[in-house]
Amino acid sequence: MSDMWAAIPPRGRIVLAMLLALLLVAPAVLDRYLMSVLILIFYFAFVGQAWNIMMGYAGQLSLGHALYAGLGGYVAALLWFYFGIGPWIGVFAGVAVAAAFGAVIGWLGFRFGIQGVYFALLTIAFAEFTRIAFDNMAFTGGPSGLFLLYDEHRAGEWWNLRGGPMLFYYLGLILAAGGALLTAWLSRSRLGYQWLAVREDQEAALSLGVGAFRAKMIAVLISASMTAIGGVFLAFYNNSLFPSQAFEIGRSIEIILAPVIGGLGTIFGPIIGAFILTPLGETLIALTAKFGLDLPGTKAVFYGLTLMIIITLRPDGVWPWLKRLLGLELKP
Amino acid sequence: MNLAIVLNVVIQGVLTGLMYGLMALGLSVIFGVVRVVNFAHGEFAVVAMYATYLLFVGLGLDPLISLVPIAIAFFAIGYVLQITLVHRFVGRSEHEQFILLVGLAIIIVNGLLMIFGPDARPTNLPYSLDSFAIGPLFIDTARVYAAVAALLVSAALFAFFRYTSTGTAIRACADNLTGAGVVGLNVKRLYAVTFGIGLACVGAAGALMVTIADASPSLAQSFTLLAFTIVIIGGLGSMTGALIGGVLIGVSEAMASFFFAPSMKSMFSFALLVAVLVLRPQGLMGRRA
Amino acid sequence: MTALLKVDGISKRFRGLVAVDRLSFEVPQGSIFAVIGPNGAGKTTLFNMIAGVFAPDGGTISFAGERIDGLTPDKVCQRGIGRTYQIVRPFPALSVEDNVIVGALLHRPRVADARIHALDVLRRLDLFGKRAQRASSLTLPDRKRLEVARALATDPKLLLLDEVMAGLRPTETDRIVSILRDLNRDTGLTILLIEHVMRAVMALAGQILVLNHGKPIAQGVPREVVQDRAVIDSYLGAEALS
Repeated sequence: MSDMWAAIPPRGRIVLAMLLALLLVAPAVLDRYLMSVLILIFYFAFVGQAWNIMMGYAGQLSLGHALYAGLGGYVAALLWFYFGIGPWIGVFAGVAVAAAFGAVIGWLGFRFGIQGVYFALLTIAFAEFTRIAFDNMAFTGGPSGLFLLYDEHRAGEWWNLRGGPMLFYYLGLILAAGGALLTAWLSRSRLGYQWLAVREDQEAALSLGVGAFRAKMIAVLISASMTAIGGVFLAFYNNSLFPSQAFEIGRSIEIILAPVIGGLGTIFGPIIGAFILTPLGETLIALTAKFGLDLPGTKAVFYGLTLMIIITLRPDGVWPWLKRLLGLELKP
Repeated sequence: MNLAIVLNVVIQGVLTGLMYGLMALGLSVIFGVVRVVNFAHGEFAVVAMYATYLLFVGLGLDPLISLVPIAIAFFAIGYVLQITLVHRFVGRSEHEQFILLVGLAIIIVNGLLMIFGPDARPTNLPYSLDSFAIGPLFIDTARVYAAVAALLVSAALFAFFRYTSTGTAIRACADNLTGAGVVGLNVKRLYAVTFGIGLACVGAAGALMVTIADASPSLAQSFTLLAFTIVIIGGLGSMTGALIGGVLIGVSEAMASFFFAPSMKSMFSFALLVAVLVLRPQGLMGRRA
Repeated sequence: MTALLKVDGISKRFRGLVAVDRLSFEVPQGSIFAVIGPNGAGKTTLFNMIAGVFAPDGGTISFAGERIDGLTPDKVCQRGIGRTYQIVRPFPALSVEDNVIVGALLHRPRVADARIHALDVLRRLDLFGKRAQRASSLTLPDRKRLEVARALATDPKLLLLDEVMAGLRPTETDRIVSILRDLNRDTGLTILLIEHVMRAVMALAGQILVLNHGKPIAQGVPREVVQDRAVIDSYLGAEALS
């Protein structure tokens, strides 16, 4: 832990500490709407970090991460809905199911050498397959969705994730910060180096004795598990789940936006990306609503445009550039 | 089980599959030559469907006619898109290309949503309910016309690659890029032509698609996946493979809709995709790398 | 001296073309052993079989008394064989130091230990001053030495070098030659190299094996081999002796 702190230059430590302190006290002054924006930022920073581990570090392009979020959310929600089992236990089941799917996808992909775009298609195929399956199952509510009723007398039962924005704000903050810490720790471990080696050149990595299959499998398992936790969080925050939303490609793309824009393979990339993208999207919605132009799809067009501009002009993302700009680079 | 009914379903699947095949052909050509994954492929197909719908409603043009101007316009779009934007991404990492085109796909599909709204726009052809009766078989007239048109466009494409000097040059680029550059081929222009041809295919396919589906933004993503599935099943860069894959998927979808439920038809395509990826990654007609 | 590597009757065909044909030889412990021959003689194919990129169609490969043919490249490396690639493949976005740390982590689970070892290796290879640079920014001679450093960091008993001198200027070649000779002398590292640069081969190798069309045409100490009629005809040409 201490060497992770040492790796941040002094000026960065001050900025980071101030930012954390600010976020800790912010709920005292924020209104409900701004709280909801920040909760979304935390969510996207966290699941973005999960995707970042797989793509940014281990170099495996997944476009089906909605699968893991959806499975995590559905499993925990179903346990709560049918058996009254709380999400703090349900999350383990959700993670287990998502990790099992991740293991199958990873095994198929890595054992049979399905790489790059082909691997991405494999992940999409599984997500779509699951979406259609959930659409056709009765006990999940099918296409009409699954709703978690919010009884007033349960309000404040944080142990059942039944609470107001304050609960989800701090939980989201813990997830986002915890995800970043975990990634930082992993990236500085032996496993982290193995991921980078596999990402850069798998054949060369193998010839240095790196067990590429094992390294990639661990990446998928960690990434799927984290994403599933994010899914549970979102399911109990929204109190509703629909297969057409939970598993669709659009949801997977939402997950990859923050790390791509912030900077792949960096710890702060997904966080910066989420902090840039979510408020911009919200502002855009507010502005267009003001001028009566808030047609469905406006926000998505904006996201699409952002993706294209960033990937054309700054394929490494905003963070590496911002870091130089703010003088936060560690001198060797 | 009545054999005639099954045969009807199969024929319907084959006809639909030929349109799918033409769409996938466009993807295969781009993928095989430019080595860029056009993740906005289905989105372009839907744009073509809307264009066909507008030409039909506005000018009363039959899709079989509007196919020609649409294909030409799409060629131009593809050419310009490649020259101005996609070419910068040639040789860059796969995920960057992918993200660029995902961004484009998002813009197209949501742009359509903003302009036309989520409701489907049907193109009500005067002969859309007609059918040929051959013995116990009833075959949709519109679908037959569309399938024949798809075959003709595909044949034209085969001829282009086989008999024209530009087509030969493009094939040379696909086989050996460095070699093509060395012998003085203008790779940038050939790539633009290729992307144009790819989009012309998907434009033509989209125009024909109005005979089997109503134009709607929600179709786009499934078309993209469909095209990818077909190309991978048929074999990357194999033109016959794309057509065969299209027919295979068309029949599989028709059978799945008939025997199970229409909502489950793509599950079979995805299962097929996973099986091909695992067992025969070079596709049915592809050569092993 | 005992044989560290023993190649026994291995063959490899590609689409009916024989690349390596029932080849046998032994590399003694602690020696520097060179494989030379014209392009297409099967040298890189031989390396790839030893390193586990593909298995031989027939025959066996033993390393330190154990069969290694058919093992995957990572397993071969874990047994103690390091390799370089003819066309260098550093991890481009990583720093020079991190490139070598990846290798050093093989037998050192802790990154801190691996870093210490990596820096040692970088000093040996004259790359210490460039340790913070991105590997993609290195010049070819530096990349070649990085390739060696990375393989060396895995603590191999046997180092396979695939044309590490190709494309280098004579001064650069001499630099690598002296580094390799020191390594061999100081640590007892066994080296098996493929090389076209005869100047380096003559300076380094204790034994030379000459391949042509996948078959050995000569083997022995350098002085004998370069005077062998068949070797001169098929590979060296008369001017090599001058």
